[in-house]
Amino acid sequence: MTASNATATGHKKNSRFKLHLKIWRQKGKNEAGGLVDYDVNDVNPDMSFLEMIDVLNQDLIKKGEEPVAFDHDCREGICGSCAMVINGNAHGPDTGTTTCQLHMRRFNDGETVVVEPFRAKAFPVLKDLVVDRSAFDRITAAGGYVSVNTGSAPDANAIPISKTIADVAMDAAACIGCGACVAACRNGSAMLFVSAKVSQLSLLPQGKAEREERVSRMVWQMDEEDFGSCTNMGSCAGACPKEISLEHIARLNREYLRATVLKKDRQASDSGNG
Amino acid sequence: MNLDSKIPSGPIEDKWTRHQFESKLVNPANRRKFEVIVVGTGLAGASASAALAELGYRVKTLCTHDSPRRAHSIAAQGGINASKNYQNDGDSVYRLFYDTIKGGDFRAREANVHRLAENSVKIIDHCAALGVPFAREYGGTLANRSFGGAQVSRTFYARGQTGQQLLLGAYSSMMRQVDAGRVNLLPRREMLELVVIDGKARGVIARNIETGEFETHVADAVVLCTGGYGNVFYLSTNAKNCNVTAAWRCYVKGAGFGNPCFTQIHPTCIPQSGDHQSKLTLMSESLRNDGRVWVPKARGDKRPPHQIPLEERDYYLERIYPSFGNLAPRDIASRAAKLQCDDGRGVGETGLAVYLDFADAIKRDSASTIAQRYGNLFQMYDKITGEDPYKTPMRIYPAVHYTMGGLWVDYNLMSTIPGLHVLGEANFSDHGANRLGASALMQGLSDGYFIIPTTIGNYFGSTSLPKVDSSHDAFKQALDDAKSRTQKMLAVKGSQTVDDIHRRIGKIMWDNCGMARNEDSLTRALAEIPKVRESFWSDVRVPGEGVALNQELEKAGRVADFIDLAELMCRDALERKESCGGHFRTEYQTEDNEALRDDANFCHAAVWEFAGTGKAVRNTEPLAFENVKLATRSYK
Repeated sequence: MTASNATATGHKKNSRFKLHLKIWRQKGKNEAGGLVDYDVNDVNPDMSFLEMIDVLNQDLIKKGEEPVAFDHDCREGICGSCAMVINGNAHGPDTGTTTCQLHMRRFNDGETVVVEPFRAKAFPVLKDLVVDRSAFDRITAAGGYVSVNTGSAPDANAIPISKTIADVAMDAAACIGCGACVAACRNGSAMLFVSAKVSQLSLLPQGKAEREERVSRMVWQMDEEDFGSCTNMGSCAGACPKEISLEHIARLNREYLRATVLKKDRQASDSGNG
Repeated sequence: MNLDSKIPSGPIEDKWTRHQFESKLVNPANRRKFEVIVVGTGLAGASASAALAELGYRVKTLCTHDSPRRAHSIAAQGGINASKNYQNDGDSVYRLFYDTIKGGDFRAREANVHRLAENSVKIIDHCAALGVPFAREYGGTLANRSFGGAQVSRTFYARGQTGQQLLLGAYSSMMRQVDAGRVNLLPRREMLELVVIDGKARGVIARNIETGEFETHVADAVVLCTGGYGNVFYLSTNAKNCNVTAAWRCYVKGAGFGNPCFTQIHPTCIPQSGDHQSKLTLMSESLRNDGRVWVPKARGDKRPPHQIPLEERDYYLERIYPSFGNLAPRDIASRAAKLQCDDGRGVGETGLAVYLDFADAIKRDSASTIAQRYGNLFQMYDKITGEDPYKTPMRIYPAVHYTMGGLWVDYNLMSTIPGLHVLGEANFSDHGANRLGASALMQGLSDGYFIIPTTIGNYFGSTSLPKVDSSHDAFKQALDDAKSRTQKMLAVKGSQTVDDIHRRIGKIMWDNCGMARNEDSLTRALAEIPKVRESFWSDVRVPGEGVALNQELEKAGRVADFIDLAELMCRDALERKESCGGHFRTEYQTEDNEALRDDANFCHAAVWEFAGTGKAVRNTEPLAFENVKLATRSYK
């Protein structure tokens, strides 16, 4: 319930410690990159990981060097912008945690920390730790919605939805679209991301009318975008900062199969009638 | 400056219906001839993009993020108000209207606020239809919770992630229109200039953040949905990239800026932990449904909270405001916390915090029930502070959260520049001097889904818009302006980082134009700010190059505009010689430290007109209260 896995490493309040960083630097999209060594000598255990990078960047600017580029915004774990692979783990060592919510009390004095961008064929690196995740938007555009125009909705209480169903739909809807699932997957698959949306909308009555079309189109778009296949290893769910469960991938598979069977049925009956 | 609010005549409950009928229409076949630029993809921008495209307009939508789904509306936690009266507790459109006018301390337009309350009902219907997973009761109906400033339970929510779910709903509608080819979505674009031709807004200049290249975008109307400017304080609960630049560029081009000094300080934020702090994190107001706010009665009591017996605690909100208790409105709860801390009763290492305690709620309802309601918030608190709020009370302190001020708009949400519409937090319209909790989401969606689709048709139907293209001199000029400004910042090559300067302006603002202001502090700030501007333009260091992804350059442009805005905020605060809502002038208070309004002289919106860097002219739009009687706000 408390989900506190930010295990204290014995730092004293207001103490400072040292960290050795190896950060991926890459000037541009089509350029070669590599790990560069940096020391940060003034790490406060209460800092977030991004605040520690801020400190490094301020230092670099003052030395006349270019700061490390990285996506970030809300710094509260909800916008899904931040995306770093820390010591080989997407979003770092803590479960259920985005990079911005990872705090330095989790690290030891003198530790070496390797920081890389989210890597996947479908997420090209734009600069340093910044990657292009626009493939996710294109997958959403392919069907991650309920087709209802503004102004045409019935009263919200006209369609009761059981609390159990609403809760599972909410579990799925909690996805922040950060892409950690893709970065953690050895195949670079986007199944967890796609399944979260498919699952949410296929559970709710509002989404049922176009469920076959939705799942088919979203899966096709995912394949178009060079994401890899799912081999049910589960690394995605392990890395997911919102702890989206693998059950949604199971539901996606059922939905996809169902859509395929229904389509075949329909084709058969169409040709039968024709 | 023409400040005709264009409020329709007639009884308040008929104004919007009548206005919709009287507005000019564009027939469906002609709508595709009009192109609209929407800047920003938060609740207002995403919903406007979707709704306008559904009608058949051609929409071009710009956002600074890598994906439109990341706009800062995503971080709103607690909920969205709607006068559904599902709880049978006496709510109505009129009551929501009344609460919002009173909550805003009588500094908002009645007609706008009534329309907002009317639309609130349709918002919930539409969002449920979009598949937003609102919290439900076991019977399958929608659940509600209570929020500050109201005595009814009218707040709809999706766990502690209501903003996220509403935004993803609006985003999904917009992406459906992207798929249909009606919305041209351009992410990682930052608007740097507005283009005005023959007095009308006809396009924008944007910088492609990924490549650093400048772009011109031509349109028949511009809809600005770029959020608030709380980051002028450096530390706020806003996302790091929230900024005033798009709105400020419009102000410089002639759009009036309404009530810039109206800033909301949210009472329940996690206190600052050190100098490294890059932003502050809000703990939703919904926590005050179950959490009790207290401080030790004795000054400087450093005992841990569990060792302080009940009779030595002061549950000051419950004591001072018995009828609203812990759910007193934000401005009042914030000021009360500040008074306790200033008086030496603050807790924690710095003494700049009060307790928000869940022990009684956990005893009453069990820890698992509390976890169901606020689990993600408790977890967030635990991660940031390393303390477990199930076992020890949260420490909270007020922080800058929202800006009620913004670009002035008329009833059609159009600024003083024809064709430039401003929606959501970026405008000044509905919250007066203090916004009630769970009303920002309501306003963003009301503006985007339900108001702009009508009013933009009215604009197109009543305006002649000759064809222009990007070869027009005004586009060339605006492009040159944007480019040379960028070049100038890169060329300084000074010694201070952008963050150094941002921190400095932020501190000046927090110390002098924050939760309490007075003539001395504001005069002091007005003397300091030009020095900060001077040091920015002579000594800032922006590394890297212009035609590339350069995050320091992005920040530099925003901080330059924040400095100019800071000056306008202080000037506005200085001129408004009264206290109201979030604007608390220490010279104007009642004997028991409540805000003292001056309705005889300040019952108006102050609308500022740009007159050169550091210069501005103050205009006013008088406010008439024909339905809710002007009264001293009381939550006792």
